[in-house]
Amino acid sequence: MRVRLNALIGGALTVLVLGTAVLSAFWTPQNPLRIAMRARLNAPSAAHWLGTDEVGRDVVSRLMAGAGTSCLVAALTVVFAVVVGSLVGLLAGFARGWVDRLLMLVNDALLAFPGILLALGLLAVIGPGPWGIVLALGLAYTPTVARIVRGAVLSIREREFVEASRSIGNSEAYTMMRHVLPGTVSPLIVLATSLFGWAILAESALSFLGLGVPPPAPTWGNMLSAARPYLESASWLGVAPGACIALTLLGVNLLGDALRDRLDPRSQAR
Amino acid sequence: MSLALENPVARGAAGAPLLEVDGLRVGAGRFAAVDGVSFDIARGEILALVGESGSGKTATGRAILGLLPPGLVRTAGAIRLEGEDLARVTPDRLRQLRGGAIGMVFQEPMVSLNPALTIGAQLGEALALHSTLSPEAQRAAALAMLRRVRIADPEGCLRAYPHEFSGGMRQRIMLAAVMLPKPRLLIADEPTTALDNLAQAEILDLMVELARDNGTAVLLVTHNLGLVSRYADRALVMQRGRVVEEGPARGLLANPRQDYTRLLVSAMPQRLPRPAREPGEVLLEARGLVVEYPGRARLFRRLPGKRAVAGVNLEIRRGETVALVGGSGSGKTTLGRAVLRLVQPTGGRLLFRGQDITRARGDAFRDFRLACQIVFQDPYSSLDPRQRVGEIVAEPLRHEPGLSAAGKLARVAETFEAVGLPGMDGRLPHQLSGGQRQRVAIARAIVRRPELVVADEPVSALDMTVQKQILALIRRLQAERGFACLFISHDLGAVAEVADRVLVMENGVIVEQGARDAVFDTPQHPYTRALLDATPRLS
Repeated sequence: MRVRLNALIGGALTVLVLGTAVLSAFWTPQNPLRIAMRARLNAPSAAHWLGTDEVGRDVVSRLMAGAGTSCLVAALTVVFAVVVGSLVGLLAGFARGWVDRLLMLVNDALLAFPGILLALGLLAVIGPGPWGIVLALGLAYTPTVARIVRGAVLSIREREFVEASRSIGNSEAYTMMRHVLPGTVSPLIVLATSLFGWAILAESALSFLGLGVPPPAPTWGNMLSAARPYLESASWLGVAPGACIALTLLGVNLLGDALRDRLDPRSQAR
Repeated sequence: MSLALENPVARGAAGAPLLEVDGLRVGAGRFAAVDGVSFDIARGEILALVGESGSGKTATGRAILGLLPPGLVRTAGAIRLEGEDLARVTPDRLRQLRGGAIGMVFQEPMVSLNPALTIGAQLGEALALHSTLSPEAQRAAALAMLRRVRIADPEGCLRAYPHEFSGGMRQRIMLAAVMLPKPRLLIADEPTTALDNLAQAEILDLMVELARDNGTAVLLVTHNLGLVSRYADRALVMQRGRVVEEGPARGLLANPRQDYTRLLVSAMPQRLPRPAREPGEVLLEARGLVVEYPGRARLFRRLPGKRAVAGVNLEIRRGETVALVGGSGSGKTTLGRAVLRLVQPTGGRLLFRGQDITRARGDAFRDFRLACQIVFQDPYSSLDPRQRVGEIVAEPLRHEPGLSAAGKLARVAETFEAVGLPGMDGRLPHQLSGGQRQRVAIARAIVRRPELVVADEPVSALDMTVQKQILALIRRLQAERGFACLFISHDLGAVAEVADRVLVMENGVIVEQGARDAVFDTPQHPYTRALLDATPRLS
């Protein structure tokens, strides 16, 4: 019952965030980029539900638009990491031998760096911007995916149905795609969910450090960063994006845990 | 070497029984796994609990120790050990009894010893808990017990870890650990199912010997009637959670009164007459076949490799069944894979229809691959759990040229019909029983009308009655379709039912071969004789 409740809360929070992100593409209460110098640092009111920022932009609108940016960047990051990581992991696990050793050598070298540090370094080379973040974070998360997929492939390829597929004359490539790859899907879904949460957090952190999506485009991270000088006079500026990040992470992680309990064959005591 | 002598202890002790089980019920919700089972065991008696999967025999054995798997609970009944109701004692008292008064040997020796502890530590554990011996005396007792179970180097064994031993050795060590505190009752749950017949006979002989010496009563949970007739004094036949029949082991098996018992007895493998056929042409031939596994690479050198198959000559003629028998590690499975080139031979030659295909590639190899199929031992791992069984059986037809989609469907339906699963093609593997899964695996192997089927232990994971059905299916399909079969098994009973010729393999070489009856009736090689002796049968 507890598990169900957690899953419900997680699912609801995630749907709320994703819904807001989609909605922000079509409608926000006000233009998130419109500057109104006469309405600087207004406290929350009927016109501005969460007040205005240091140049008079509506915080609610910017939060919504920020959800759009953050979710898009996180989603693209996850897709990038999962696609590249799966290919590397599948190849390494199925080919074995020197291919495996070479790929895993590079992989482990990348894994040795903390993800955010790796992304920082890559961003310093690529330069800030949404695509730079996707590439940097994607590359930072790829090794984890590759490791997990390789592990799953190694255990599945020893199963007899893989040998059976060979014995009926299927090619190695077909066997790999038809019988081995599908077995890696459930751990991947679980991993992708938590990667999404990490990516949102990492993107916020990078934006906070000024290496993320450059202003004026709003993201939760650069809103938090911009709010820093005003935390004492206009606390809503910092609290609002911080709360959004925290709630999104909570939702995604709860959902990820629930998915793991449901899909992970190791915890299958059904 | 008959150990099923009348038991002097059992006859002598006319007093109260050691263990009484009265109206035991074990269930989950409204489902009853054990439904009102009553029996008792006298001191020193060997009682067999016989039944197939799902009969509730394991749940009964585990309920005695209060070790039921999660979800199952004891809902009614009393379990009295020397008058003490185990269902009512405190958890502390129960823990005291477990391992002390009651020992248990589980099915899987690979998992029932802790891989992270030395054998010595695990042997000491039970003694430290259940005796007041000094550490030196404990060590001496452990060494003596290891010697009793015929471990070659007991001193070294105490320092070794479980992974350094084979399955049979581990089960012997397990037996030593359990018997060390001299329990009054030993519960042995399918103790030898994971082992080959040679190891099985060895372990059970030891177990019975130790039990006799200590006056320990044994509850032997098994599906194998051959073991019952060989080792047990009394037997209890269970079906769907109830006791169907009970009586002295020999008498019960010789004159079963209930239909179900009769069915079980008739499922024991028999040597059936094979239809006389004139020998066909040679289909597959191996000459001096060698398979060598490379040794593990260490930092500066490579450890010596293992010759799993060390120069084997064999020929399989069209339409005949050749049985390949041997114990675990004899190389029979590797040989089976090698003749299909699922494992590449490292030496020797392989000829198919007279053509050398040892290193063939392209079309020649393709023809060979499509003409030869394999059925694996474990129907739980040989079917892709994500495919419907219809897709599984249709998959080999991808490579069948000139077959329309409708033709394929018809062929799949016809094959399902032939293996006795009409209309089941929409199921997923986990929705089928073990026997049904093995039928699917057979359907996949024959759907393309192969000329040779290699069957690697196709029935050893199945219940006796199901085994019988699958063997009958293989015989019938072979008669109808005329494929040749290489039947690999450690169980001579199953082999006797289907084989025309028998090859006996030991340590990678074939030590004896000949017509089935000749090998069974007048075995020449000592290894063949040992295998035959170890085969459980009703005597």
